[in-house]
Amino acid sequence: MNAQEIQRLLDEPACAHNQSAKSGCAKGKPGATQGGCAFDGAQIALLPIADAAHIVHGPIGCAGSSWDARGTRSSGPTLYRTGMTTDLSNIDVVMGRGEERLFFSVKEAIEKYQPAAVFIYSTCVTALQGDDLGAVAKAASERWGVPVVPVDCAGFYGGKNFGNRIAGDVLCRHVIGGREPEPVPASAQRPGVTVHDINLIGEYNIVGEFWQVAPLFDELGLRILCTLSGDARFREVQWMHRAEVNMVVCSKAMLNVARQLHEQYATPYFEGSFYGIADTSSALRGFARLLDDPALTARTEALIAREEAQTRAELARWAERLTGKRALIFSGGVKSWSIISALQDLGITVVASGTEKSTEEDRARIRELMGEETRMIDDNDQAALMATCRDYGADILIAGGRYLQAALKSGIPFLDINHERDFGYAGYSGIVELARQLAHAISSPIWPQIHRPAPWRCH
Amino acid sequence: MTTVVTPNKALTVDPLKVSQPMGAVLALLGIDRSLPLEHGAQGCTAFSKVFFTRHFREPIPLQTTAMDHSVTVMGADASVVTALATIAENHHPDLIGLVTTGLSETQGADILRTVREFRLAYPHFSEVAVVAINAPDTVGCLESGYALALEALVEELVPVGRRAGQRPQQVNVLAGSLLTPGDIEVLGEWIAAFGLTPCFLPDLGSSLDGRLTPLGFSNLTVGGSRLADIATMGEAAATLVIGPSLQRAADRLRERTGVPDYRFDGLLGLMACDRFTATLAAIAHRSVPEVIERQRAQLLDAMVDGHLQFGGARVGVAADPDLLGMWVTFLSDLGIETVAAVAAARGDGLARLPIETVTVGDLEDLETAARAAGAQLIIANSHAAEPARRLRVPLLRAGFPLYDRLGAYARRWVGYSGSRQALFDIANLLAEQRPGIAPHRSIYWNDTPRAAEWSVGAG
Repeated sequence: MNAQEIQRLLDEPACAHNQSAKSGCAKGKPGATQGGCAFDGAQIALLPIADAAHIVHGPIGCAGSSWDARGTRSSGPTLYRTGMTTDLSNIDVVMGRGEERLFFSVKEAIEKYQPAAVFIYSTCVTALQGDDLGAVAKAASERWGVPVVPVDCAGFYGGKNFGNRIAGDVLCRHVIGGREPEPVPASAQRPGVTVHDINLIGEYNIVGEFWQVAPLFDELGLRILCTLSGDARFREVQWMHRAEVNMVVCSKAMLNVARQLHEQYATPYFEGSFYGIADTSSALRGFARLLDDPALTARTEALIAREEAQTRAELARWAERLTGKRALIFSGGVKSWSIISALQDLGITVVASGTEKSTEEDRARIRELMGEETRMIDDNDQAALMATCRDYGADILIAGGRYLQAALKSGIPFLDINHERDFGYAGYSGIVELARQLAHAISSPIWPQIHRPAPWRCH
Repeated sequence: MTTVVTPNKALTVDPLKVSQPMGAVLALLGIDRSLPLEHGAQGCTAFSKVFFTRHFREPIPLQTTAMDHSVTVMGADASVVTALATIAENHHPDLIGLVTTGLSETQGADILRTVREFRLAYPHFSEVAVVAINAPDTVGCLESGYALALEALVEELVPVGRRAGQRPQQVNVLAGSLLTPGDIEVLGEWIAAFGLTPCFLPDLGSSLDGRLTPLGFSNLTVGGSRLADIATMGEAAATLVIGPSLQRAADRLRERTGVPDYRFDGLLGLMACDRFTATLAAIAHRSVPEVIERQRAQLLDAMVDGHLQFGGARVGVAADPDLLGMWVTFLSDLGIETVAAVAAARGDGLARLPIETVTVGDLEDLETAARAAGAQLIIANSHAAEPARRLRVPLLRAGFPLYDRLGAYARRWVGYSGSRQALFDIANLLAEQRPGIAPHRSIYWNDTPRAAEWSVGAG
């Protein structure tokens, strides 16, 4: 990828802060940077496409330390969980055998695993030595008759958000529009229900949490053509252009997909989240609003009323243990505000929020939800974060797994909300699970034991 | 205050309880050069022998008075005298432990008088100590029989005197049946770390620790507490008593010697271990050694690492009262709920456990309660394997007997390190059980390639 290409991707007209400081796409500062690279971001975005083979083209460092680490779940194929890499050696690099090796890697993947498609990812070393990913993909695809998608995403191109954007761009250019959707099955038609086709962009089905929300779409008569990319199939990505509405679920990083679908196919889109009662209801209303179908609107409102009442009833048993607790959120991007709403549903006060990877709009949403005085923490320093926790009297820190160890070892109750977590928090039932987990985390009997000095140190 | 309930049922199903005579035999197996002698029909002894052989995978020295129908009716005192004389003559043990059984107790055998008859008849065997233990299997369980044996051993082998502290580095340990041979080793290292010398009664850690000896097969116990050492218990600086069931044995020892004692319900978990460590530091007038501090810090770390899994987890435990109490307290410290607690018999510690109800019953009671409460893990002896399989939950094996796991007797449960490993095991068994979120299969997938995936199975 040349400088012009990178510049083209950095320029995202749909992004509200395209002209401003671009905090979400900022370059890393040597000596004070954490977080993943462009390769990481691209792989995360595409890996959940479950029936595809994902081949990482590079030495072992890139795939070796990242494969089989994501919490995304599939209801069918498990090929995406099979780690594949060209595992380049010194000799491969010195002799320039990278492309050849990649070509035959694609062959082996196709012959052994019969993937619906093959994604090939470049990495720093292979980008540096100039391997022509596009040429290999084209040749391999023609030779073996399986779509091979080149993802040029060397780590040095930028950060994780940028990698997400590369992934979205690749799909728009190479995959979307390649196939037409199947007709709605006759057995799924119901009288009085007009089926509308929609896409979810940026929903990764972490620990299968989207399956807590998916039944609601069936009930409303919304057919999910494709979830990009949790539990997705390659052919579903191909027919994404036929949706009537797109919802951008997680962060702005894949906004370029929604924007390009809007430009090319006039598909309207909106942004939302499935974390918390308020956001889940708001997301469902978003579809009804853009589809402008009065029957759908009526069904949506009835469903929301029913689900909200049931959820609030279930939350009541946890309310006593959570109301008035103080939480500090430290998570990049969309989660910095989407979780706030969920916590407020539980009566928890959010005292500060991290904005490390948040965009300008994410920040605006935080201010809107929490007021102007809210402290936003940009500092990536873990010690500073822990100090902030104590200064603000936080009862719990809610953050990604990266911060988990630092928080726990500092004796601060902690809840993991990023992709490495063990529990699903999406949708109406997810908020109840979140409440349960928060209550257990905050009131675990281990904390008084941890904080109590050893008896022989008391005097 | 815990309510101790006894189910109103006639039939015991899947017994949890092991008899009192076997508990007494177990204690005697921890005395060096001893031979337990069961006063009953030969079958009692054969069963005991097989039971302990399967558990420890060691030859078990054990003899019987072999009551037949004639002596059962006419009186079996002569059989006892003959048995004692035969054993003394053939094997020259340091100690014969004479243990009654249900049969001899029902018959009304007066073993104390019979031992006096033996002494009168065979004065030349005066070097052979004989300890008589009344242990009918119509009451109690293994644990209480073991405690009765300890009480009798103290009465018989520890001289009355007031010489406490003459051996300032010696600490006595009355080691309850809740401790494995591995646990005794842990206690030895723990105590030695403070520059103290333990005197165990009994010492299963040196008799049934499972080692090949140059002696090969022996008719007597090899290893265990030596009688000469037991005779010095009155000169120790302190006595450590492990297990609530040993209260009476501990009272006897203190009455006879005046050695101050410190009593512990269990040694699993941070709080219990801290109390023990602090006690050792006070007895030794020493600061806590670095190695202990380090193990403690490791346990703290593990508690933090595991606590998110423990909140709200549901576990069923069945064991003898002391062991049950140790586990229930440990689980409670971790935030795990004991939803089913079954004790093999009544015990002193049960009423003060941190749970509402304890059932005195069998593994059927455990299974029923565990099923009703949705237990996710069972902690019990090997007999619970089948109930656990029916419940579809994993079994953490602890107690007597453990016949289907190699090396179970050697497990080091107690102390900071043992607690940490127990915590790891529980966390891992619980994690394997977590069901996850079931895939939602959309109605709009009917008759599409997605539907074909379902027969293949989900990932």
